[in-house]
Amino acid sequence: MVDTANAETHPGGEDPSRRDFIHIAAVTGAVGGVAALAWPLVDQMNPSGDTLALASVEYDYGKVPLGQQVSIIWRGKPVFIRHRTPKEIAEARGDDHAAMPDPQADAARVKNPEWLILIGVCTHLGCVPGFGGGAYGGWLCPCHGSVYDTSGRIRQGPAPKNLAVPDYAFTGPTKVKIG
Amino acid sequence: MSAHPSTYEPKTGIERWLDARLPIVRFAADYLDLPTPKNLNYWYTFGAILSVMLVVQIVTGVILAMHYVPNGDMAFNSVEHIMRDVNYGWLIRYIHANGASMFFLAVYIHIARGMYYGSYKAPREVLWLLGCIIYLLMMATAFMGYVLPWGQMSFAGAVVITNLFSAFDQVIPGLGTAITTWLWGGFAVGGATLNRFFSLHYLLPFMIAGVTVLHLWALHVPNSTNPTGVEVKSKEDTIPFHPYYTVKDGFAIMAFFVVFAWFVFFAPEALGHVDNQVPANPLVTPAHIVPEWYFLPFYAILRSVPQKLFGVLAMFGAIAMLFALPWLDTSKVRSMRYRPTARWFFILFIFATIGLGWCGGKEPDDMVITLGHTANNDPTGFSVTWLSRILGIYYYAYFGILFFLGIYEKPLPVPASISTPVLGGSAMPAGSVAQAEKKG
Repeated sequence: MVDTANAETHPGGEDPSRRDFIHIAAVTGAVGGVAALAWPLVDQMNPSGDTLALASVEYDYGKVPLGQQVSIIWRGKPVFIRHRTPKEIAEARGDDHAAMPDPQADAARVKNPEWLILIGVCTHLGCVPGFGGGAYGGWLCPCHGSVYDTSGRIRQGPAPKNLAVPDYAFTGPTKVKIG
Repeated sequence: MSAHPSTYEPKTGIERWLDARLPIVRFAADYLDLPTPKNLNYWYTFGAILSVMLVVQIVTGVILAMHYVPNGDMAFNSVEHIMRDVNYGWLIRYIHANGASMFFLAVYIHIARGMYYGSYKAPREVLWLLGCIIYLLMMATAFMGYVLPWGQMSFAGAVVITNLFSAFDQVIPGLGTAITTWLWGGFAVGGATLNRFFSLHYLLPFMIAGVTVLHLWALHVPNSTNPTGVEVKSKEDTIPFHPYYTVKDGFAIMAFFVVFAWFVFFAPEALGHVDNQVPANPLVTPAHIVPEWYFLPFYAILRSVPQKLFGVLAMFGAIAMLFALPWLDTSKVRSMRYRPTARWFFILFIFATIGLGWCGGKEPDDMVITLGHTANNDPTGFSVTWLSRILGIYYYAYFGILFFLGIYEKPLPVPASISTPVLGGSAMPAGSVAQAEKKG
């Protein structure tokens, strides 16, 4: 206390920059410490190790008949595996050059045209579209009426993007690995 | 809220606008500017340490609740999930578990400081009682928190503590059983018990926070005691809380965190029990059941009484004595610094309590001093049970001693003011002290 008073009333005494240095060093140390402590408290909300470990799933699609689809869960989201009929494939290819919000050729969306694999999450606000609704023979989202065609491309409604195609690979005669 | 007049003057238009509607900035400014006795030592920093520990426990606890599953079948695995899978889950859980111990360490020092410097005496009885209530809430919270990992020690602890209430069967047959059944939500400790303990473990810390606000309110009416026990007489006896005590408390908090961090990073399980790494099993009780260290003195008192009901009453009575302390101590002198006889009884009381804690961690039949052996080669002599009895009796006697000591003890001369002993009898010119107050 007394030293403080002396330092400021007697400029010839202590170097004032010494005090500034202590203040800045203390505040920097405190901010650094708090940040180092805050990061674990924030990071704990990110996916935990066991969640990340479930990053891929395998599915045997051999039992899905022509014209049917299954919905499986990958990373908590539905994935549509659709066994397309020749008519659906033809429609999808026929519309390759039609006007649409997110133009993409059907061939770029499938590895085997018979099997259309999509993440079943509407690109508008995340609902799960149902198959068989809408004017394009594909999916209709129940939430806000987005219409997808037989390639899962957005054709009508508020959704901005086509239904996403996940990373996948055919690992056997009837096996697909998603993720 | 505080007894001293407000010195806050809003400077900007926005501050004036807010001050007329919700004087929250005034509240904070007055809090920081509070004239505080200038002679507070480091024993007085534990209040601030406890505030920080409460925040640490609530923050880490809310986070743990994001990952923990309060279900008898899943609780243990969810704790393992926190330890292994959740990002930094091990760190957060170790902070929370060791934080409970640090919280109790700090509160025991805080209570002992209050007992030594007579902080419970008029006009601070309500402040003291609120502190006792916080301590009770802390014990309930810590106990229920210890049950949540649902390991063997958690389970056995829940069984033993809830069964304390079965002692009421000796008062009215059936009463104790009815209480325990009600506490358990079944015929034994089970999933229903775990679920309600989780709910209450989440609730009680916020009640602690609420009572802490009352505790601080009650503190700011008469303001802090100080090591001399003499009330503030003039402005020369005080310094503003900020920056003097914010810095002093801040330093103490940092030093306390060093100890805390040592436990978290180098000995995180040192205060735990290995049996709690085994999932709860209602068919087996671990061979050596002990509570967490902060309950050991009371546990020792419980075990030292050979009759069930009286053992339970003796244990709860040990805490009840704290509530009665303001009226049991009859001395007019507040600080034991000026009570030469009481001081020795106090030091003995601290040793007795620590001794009880040591006894609580031992087996009742362990020998303190072995004098011989029985035919079966079991040691005989002065047992832990007998030491617990002697120390337990002294624990209680201390409060009676204070009652009579206040009448018979001849205290040392008490200084006329806080400044007198600090400044060596003659007051310094008022200007020099006032100048020091202005500087940061």
